[in-house]
Amino acid sequence: MRRPDEAATRVLSARRIAAVGYPVAGLAVFLALWWGATRLLVEPGSFLSQFAPVPAFESLAAMLQKGALNRHIYASVERITVGLLIASAVGIPLGLALGGLRWFALAATPITGFVRMISPLSWTPLAIILFGVGDPPVYFLIAIGSVWPIALSTAAGVQALDRAWIMLARSLRASRVETVRTVIWPGVRPDVLTGLRIGTTTAWIILVPAEMLGVDSGLGFFILDARDRFDYPGMVAAIILIGAIGLVIDRLTSWLLTPRRRARTSRVAEPQPVPAPLPADYRI
Amino acid sequence: MATVPLRVVDATKRFQVGGHDQTVFEQVSLEIERERIFALLGPSGCGKSTLLRAIASLEPLSEGRVELGAEDGAHPSVGIAFQQPLLLPWLTVQENVRLGLRYAANRGAGDHESVARILAAFGIAPLADSYPDELSGGEAQRVALARTVVTQPQVVLLDEPFGPLDPLTRASLQDWLVGIQQSLRLTVVIVTHDVDEAVYLGDRVALMSAGPGRIRHVWETARGPSRTRSSAESSALREEILRAYMGVNAGAAAARAAGGLALAAQGAPRFARSALDPAPTQEGTR
Repeated sequence: MRRPDEAATRVLSARRIAAVGYPVAGLAVFLALWWGATRLLVEPGSFLSQFAPVPAFESLAAMLQKGALNRHIYASVERITVGLLIASAVGIPLGLALGGLRWFALAATPITGFVRMISPLSWTPLAIILFGVGDPPVYFLIAIGSVWPIALSTAAGVQALDRAWIMLARSLRASRVETVRTVIWPGVRPDVLTGLRIGTTTAWIILVPAEMLGVDSGLGFFILDARDRFDYPGMVAAIILIGAIGLVIDRLTSWLLTPRRRARTSRVAEPQPVPAPLPADYRI
Repeated sequence: MATVPLRVVDATKRFQVGGHDQTVFEQVSLEIERERIFALLGPSGCGKSTLLRAIASLEPLSEGRVELGAEDGAHPSVGIAFQQPLLLPWLTVQENVRLGLRYAANRGAGDHESVARILAAFGIAPLADSYPDELSGGEAQRVALARTVVTQPQVVLLDEPFGPLDPLTRASLQDWLVGIQQSLRLTVVIVTHDVDEAVYLGDRVALMSAGPGRIRHVWETARGPSRTRSSAESSALREEILRAYMGVNAGAAAARAAGGLALAAQGAPRFARSALDPAPTQEGTR
């Protein structure tokens, strides 16, 4: 392989600078607007100035240093994990059935389409009646919100599966189980993972309001608690943290769930010549 | 008989379409000789692909049977390669070729070493770690053929494998297939609608007519292992096959014009038969 020359390196580093520079610039503009809105447009010492970025970040740093938020972060992450596990356990089989069984799809579509359009939080009273107060209704709300992206994406994956691949597996004398293991599941997996990623984001969005109901831990609870204590910088700090953790979760799932092709020797995109016929005594 | 690894006897295939039986092909009988290339030539819609899938037991026959003769203890098996390469996009070339060997039914048919050997023999070893979307059409088709051959089937069925390729790639792959077939001593059945391809590749050429599909005639190309694209003998044979093929094609077209396959089942074969063929449903040899 040719060694990359200097010009190519320069282009590469210019691209890298742009990849870092633009997001940093965007963030700076956002912070400046926020600062301006809470410092320049309002009177000093007024109520709104308590929502300014500087006290919020100071409060966040102080709380993180003291570990005051650890309990809440842990509780929130645990709830989203359990909720997503439930949603996957229901959503993946449901999606496989919706995509693979025509009669089931026809029978279920009116119901799924209807239930899907109900905001997960509308279930809150029912969830509390059914599961009492504490973690279980939160699991329920997260699961019922994130089950749909998982199920629908899985169903789309099954439908997009090339039926000829199944015939191919049969032609190579694969058993049913082998066909599922080597062709159907790997074929559907990327769509399941896409569904999981969307489901994770949905779950994180549902989590915070769900935690404002009848629990005494978690970041959603902390926001209400900070409000009640008139700790507005602390409240804004929690909002920042929720956004940051959500971003990390999204990036992490996307990184974990993106299939990676293993590193290999470079492939030059030129057609391989058709080889000469083999010696007559050649055997496989 | 030990020299006939594959025999098709009175094979008929019917589909139910809107409550009516529609015959795809009927009374098809074929004998495939060991280590030869058998070309099945026919217009589109004559059921040759369905016949091939039936031979590969991907499709049940309505009547008749497919007999596979096992040779020295080996389990009788057929392998099939389709018009599209059907490579699994998440697997590398090497993993695609190995796919069949991962199945219990092919246990003992090959290992990593035989995969490596076949990659080398098929000229795709440099592509072993590439993914299907990085291959050209001809390369992908060679990988698909390697995947079929590596499980060591007794008969290799090829369903218009070079159909979607450009003429140059097509010609070079035809030559390559002849080389592979001779050196690996493969028994090959190739389905095609291209007279030149059938005449060039086939040690035997069977012409199939449409609506319903029947074997009209079988020619022996009667030549040694060496092939030329143009010789007096092959061009005379080509003329003859082409003429028969055009008759069959006209029959198929007339049938389509007369209102689809249902009518074709009665009208077209009679027309084609009277125009062309002295022995309509029987297998004949030149």
